Amino acid sequence: MLTDTFLLFRQEIMLALLLFFLVLYKLGRARPAAHLLPIMNWLLLLNLVVGLLFYDWQGVLFNGMYRTGELIVLEKNILNLAVWLISMQAYGWLRQHRHAAEVYLLLLTSLLGMFLMLSSGHMLILYVGLEMATIPLAAAVNFALSSKRSSEAAMKMIVSSAFASALLLLGISFLYGITGSLWLAEIPGMLHATPVVLFTFLLVFSGFAFKVSAVPFHLWTADVYEGAPVAVTAYLSVVSKAAMVFVLVTLLYSVFAPLEKTSHAVLVVLSLLTIITGNLFALRQQNIKRFLAFSSIAQIGFILVGISGYSQTANASVIFFLLVYVFSNLAAFGVVGWISTQTGKETIADYANLYRHNKTLSWILAIAVFSLAGVPPTAGFFGKFFLLTAGASKGDYLFISVAALNMVVSFYYYLRIIKAIFMEPGETGIAALSLPFWPQLSLWICTGGMLASGLLGVIYQYIYSISPSH
Amino acid sequence: MNTVPLSHILFLSTALFFIGMYGLFTRRNMITMLMAIELMLNSVNINFVAFNKYLYPGKLDGLFFALFIITIAAAEAAVAIAIIINLYRTHRSIDVDDATDMKY
Repeated sequence: MLTDTFLLFRQEIMLALLLFFLVLYKLGRARPAAHLLPIMNWLLLLNLVVGLLFYDWQGVLFNGMYRTGELIVLEKNILNLAVWLISMQAYGWLRQHRHAAEVYLLLLTSLLGMFLMLSSGHMLILYVGLEMATIPLAAAVNFALSSKRSSEAAMKMIVSSAFASALLLLGISFLYGITGSLWLAEIPGMLHATPVVLFTFLLVFSGFAFKVSAVPFHLWTADVYEGAPVAVTAYLSVVSKAAMVFVLVTLLYSVFAPLEKTSHAVLVVLSLLTIITGNLFALRQQNIKRFLAFSSIAQIGFILVGISGYSQTANASVIFFLLVYVFSNLAAFGVVGWISTQTGKETIADYANLYRHNKTLSWILAIAVFSLAGVPPTAGFFGKFFLLTAGASKGDYLFISVAALNMVVSFYYYLRIIKAIFMEPGETGIAALSLPFWPQLSLWICTGGMLASGLLGVIYQYIYSISPSH
Repeated sequence: MNTVPLSHILFLSTALFFIGMYGLFTRRNMITMLMAIELMLNSVNINFVAFNKYLYPGKLDGLFFALFIITIAAAEAAVAIAIIINLYRTHRSIDVDDATDMKY
């Protein structure tokens, strides 16, 4: 019985042990020794491996407050993988940082919160996990301590995330008032589409729309992404967003299942707004981090298109797309982050003729951009294709056509980067940068993932087979 | 003995929530905005406690949720104040209108 508890809870226990290690390591040390970063990279790899063991165990703990299963373990493993990749990419930034141990503490606490949120069987755990996932991130955004932009970004993030949780909490309190229960499994049986339930649904949905930065609630995203250190931006745009989407899918498909009609309509409107706004703003960006922020808003729009399908395919395609998104976005952020920490250059114009001295970096960035845009041999194409297919299963072809046409618009701004890298021969370009072992390993894994996860059909098959049927 | 009906309490909590929201949108001082957020969270606490007492007195779910919200609001305020202090160090002001390095 006790071993069962340990094995079901192993990913959270691993993270808690890592956090203890970091706190103890920090005691009595003014600044971390140089060996902390390799140790953390190995420990995070161990963390990923521990998550992969016993992957098909399922069960509930703490009277049903905590539940886990094959799909939840897979989602946590995707997050673990992303954190490992980010940790390797942050090597260049953290090497000189006095507070490297604290950065890890904040990011891993936030990851632990996401795990609790994913496994929650009760609204209380969901809320505690959500706050645990966002409050440390606001502090992490501020980690370029002397930078004006960083503190401005942290201020914007903490205010908007507190506002979002207030909306979410008001929704949860009404849910409690209507049903008398806070158990995720009990609520759907007692919900009917009355006006107050719809109001409640809108409140909870807006809370999550803030966290995933869907359009009417996206205003904080670009500023926070631009101001934060690149590793934290990567964490925000990949790990945090993926976790929030996983939870949103669970909420919409289980707790709010009786409101399928309303939530479908909301998803259709919001996804189109999100894609169009994300695209229009991405067109005019000069700073590459802001550019990636708006491109990630547009990607969230496509994810919402997939969610609106309400089927097993929809669930699987969203998770598959997020796996692909981890690889492609982290490859892009890895290159951008390395160039930014080494040269301080962050605008698209600075990338002119990058290919001249940095051939490998250019190719990896090009593949990442193609994957984000959805060009066929890369996994991004399959990801978007599955999302649109899932959305089309409802028979709303006009909606899917508008979404698909927006992919064409997105090609324009993604190809601007390709043009800058390869086709502006007059410029001298950024001088040759050497990559240390860790960032290099991370970039190769990302590239391999982008190419393999699309071509190996077994990955999608596996995700499909463990997704709940609707 | 006449008790206060539930609708009165809900009216109070809703009013409090939207006063908080109004404060958050109109005030430009970070500390005041933080207070406005606390107002919103407290209105949710009133909701939970009232629903618990009036509708489901048998179980204590609502009361516990309110306790957790208070705790987490304190943690949030601690981090927010640390961020405000750092904002003051870099900008010499805690007015949000002065922190506009990034736009669109």
